[in-house]
Amino acid sequence: MGKFSQKRGKESPAISTASLPDIIFMLLFFFMVVTVMRDSERKVDVTTPNATELTKLEKKSLVNYIYIGRPVEKFQAIAGTKPRIQLGDKFADIKDIPLFLEKHRVKVPESQRGLIKTSLRIDKDVTMGIVTDVKTSLRKAGQLAVNYSAKPRV
Amino acid sequence: MAKKSIKDRMSNEVNAGSMADIAFLLLIFFLVTTTIVEDKGVLVKLPPWSDEPPDIQQLKTRNVYSVLVNAQNQLLVRGEPADLETLRENAKEFIMNPSKRADMAEKPTKAIVSMKNDRGTKYETYLEVYNEIKGAYNELRNEAANKKFGRDYEFCSREQRKEIRNEIPLVISEAEPTNFGEE
Repeated sequence: MGKFSQKRGKESPAISTASLPDIIFMLLFFFMVVTVMRDSERKVDVTTPNATELTKLEKKSLVNYIYIGRPVEKFQAIAGTKPRIQLGDKFADIKDIPLFLEKHRVKVPESQRGLIKTSLRIDKDVTMGIVTDVKTSLRKAGQLAVNYSAKPRV
Repeated sequence: MAKKSIKDRMSNEVNAGSMADIAFLLLIFFLVTTTIVEDKGVLVKLPPWSDEPPDIQQLKTRNVYSVLVNAQNQLLVRGEPADLETLRENAKEFIMNPSKRADMAEKPTKAIVSMKNDRGTKYETYLEVYNEIKGAYNELRNEAANKKFGRDYEFCSREQRKEIRNEIPLVISEAEPTNFGEE
């Protein structure tokens, strides 16, 4: 009891801020590591549908993305308003898909090529016609592991 | 004179007080540009492509669970109009056939889900149907895993999972869509 009253009299020392930069740097490095710079501009509008049976895609380097949706307003003058495919950062047609897959494939180490997955990010209002064409093209190219991108249902 | 000033500078330490500010600035930049994207979705294995027409396999109608989705996004399940809410329970009952009905699957290994849609079917509806079917299978596998090994399917070992997969295989066949309602 005596102990406590003794302490009260003392003035508490100022907290040292010398380690503040270190803490901030630590946070900085964390965010630098997790950051993925958006490598391509989104040219089509994609709102993925909701689903419950979801699988998480691991290993980003083994995934290639195909976007299907209506062109955003900026590009409607040149690309029209019908649903289009976006590969990488440009509009594409069905016939461009095999080359796109091959370009991604050569970047992957040979031992992991069997694990490549394609993530289809398709707008929910797109009709199945174009989706089926893309699926057929993927099957012909031998890319069979496909992930229909979706949001968890709340 | 010059000598002196250099000496002066040498003795001065670089002021590190603004280090935190610089770090903050960088931190905020990365905070803003970061998108911690979690890519999730329904994982599907497509059938390999073959140029030859597939052999027509004669399947008993009792083993086939056909789901048709038309361009108006309406469902026809085994010849009867149906809706998405009841699809999962309905499919589960069909696959397991607990009451041994003559018009449902003989056993889970023989059950086949056949999906067909129009080119004008909305992707959202298609995925919802696929999701329900997959959900039905996942629930059945979970139940089987709980009964056999006392834990959920995803926590089972590789061999246990394989055993359950063999018991309740997921077979979804997708027919070429019909040309209706494409815009």
